[in-house]
Amino acid sequence: MPYAKTVLTDADVQRVVDRIAHQILEKTQGAQDVVLMGIVSRGVPLARRLAERISAFEGLSLPVGALDITLYRDDLRQQAVRKVGHTEEPPGGVDGRRVILVDDVLFSGRTIRAALDALSDLGRPGVVQLAVLVDRGHRQLPIRADYVGKNIPTALTEKVRVKLAEIDGTDEVQLEAA
Amino acid sequence: MKHLLSAGDLTAAAATEILDIAAEMAAVQGREIKKLPTLRGRTVVNLFYEDSTRTRISFEAAAKRLSADVINFSAKGSSVEKGESLKDTAWTLQAMGADAVVIRHPASGAPYRLANWVNGSVLNAGDGTHEHPTQALLDAYTIRSRMGRIDGLRVAIVGDVLHSRVARSNALLLKTLGAKVTLVGPPTLVPQELGDVSYDLDALLPDSDVVMMLRVQKERMHSSYLPSAREYSRRYGLDGARLRRLPEHAIVMHPGPMNRGMEITPEVADSPRSTIVEQVTNGVSVRMACLYLLLGGK
Repeated sequence: MPYAKTVLTDADVQRVVDRIAHQILEKTQGAQDVVLMGIVSRGVPLARRLAERISAFEGLSLPVGALDITLYRDDLRQQAVRKVGHTEEPPGGVDGRRVILVDDVLFSGRTIRAALDALSDLGRPGVVQLAVLVDRGHRQLPIRADYVGKNIPTALTEKVRVKLAEIDGTDEVQLEAA
Repeated sequence: MKHLLSAGDLTAAAATEILDIAAEMAAVQGREIKKLPTLRGRTVVNLFYEDSTRTRISFEAAAKRLSADVINFSAKGSSVEKGESLKDTAWTLQAMGADAVVIRHPASGAPYRLANWVNGSVLNAGDGTHEHPTQALLDAYTIRSRMGRIDGLRVAIVGDVLHSRVARSNALLLKTLGAKVTLVGPPTLVPQELGDVSYDLDALLPDSDVVMMLRVQKERMHSSYLPSAREYSRRYGLDGARLRRLPEHAIVMHPGPMNRGMEITPEVADSPRSTIVEQVTNGVSVRMACLYLLLGGK
């Protein structure tokens, strides 16, 4: 039976982003030396939102960058050629800083593995952390997130679809099955 | 995309995608670590039947920066000199597991034949007087990064258009991308079928955004295409006086190698409006983009 149920509404998404922003401030002594690196595509608007919320709460302006991991994937040969997104180094670079990778969904962990490789080619961060909107489980690598918006237990056959206003016109997280 | 044989095969969307990916590759070239793991385990063969410095080195650097293994094969000092045919060489490469073959050959059409004999991708790195698609792509990339666009620009391609694979590929690609291309040179060396034609460089200069100079191949001097080197240089060479007649924003390009003092004077070649060094740098990024698109998927 195909279904699509909403697990986070637009108000939920905003609350969750607010909470992650607070947690980052708490866990990093007021976001000292923090750089937010959004993973292309939906991690990028999320990173910008986190920066915007942290700026609203504490008046801090954090550097934001974008990391496209296409050229670092381990499954390139299993699909047709993928589009390459735009990587943008954060102002001031990543060397020695506390880099928080930001993505929408944490699943197998392979994207984050690729992101860590991509990041180490950009420089040598002091600390790397991970913030995700949704953790859906089913890890295939020893990777975990430092900040999780919502844990959603899923079956492998299900799909988590994250919509963000900047890309999709609306904020919503849905759980789908075909 | 399975092969890259002709610039004429590329749609505007496909060419733009190559240029966009090349821009990302160029950003990588600006970093301390210039290498990507993308094509780890893939093998690229450079199969060169003609002398070439920049194209071969450029392809080699591009493949290596994507972590592919590179095998260089030059016809000189190889079994080709013992009489091996292109087909037998192709089978050898096939047996060695080449995922892509970059071929430069004096015979027009050789890459097309090769594409029928090997399973891997074939990249045309210049075939006879026919085409040189990656040169056109790197020229398009250079124009776009200097001028901000290609669509609507007026491009003059000047020199021995008839024998120039660079001119042919550029005329095809730049027209696809919306430029207005005019081919300029002596009547003996400008074919009619590639686009607008002019025999008067001076008349065209004030209305050109891009002037692309072609190398005059010395062997043409002896085959009655040109009266003399001096006359050619006087009528179609780009010197300081002609440079000053170009619009303020116009750029000067040359695919190299240059004959300084023949088709271009050192004053022009070394001026800030010349893109000759950028073209070489951009060549690596553009070839990385092509290799990624040919080898980066299933």
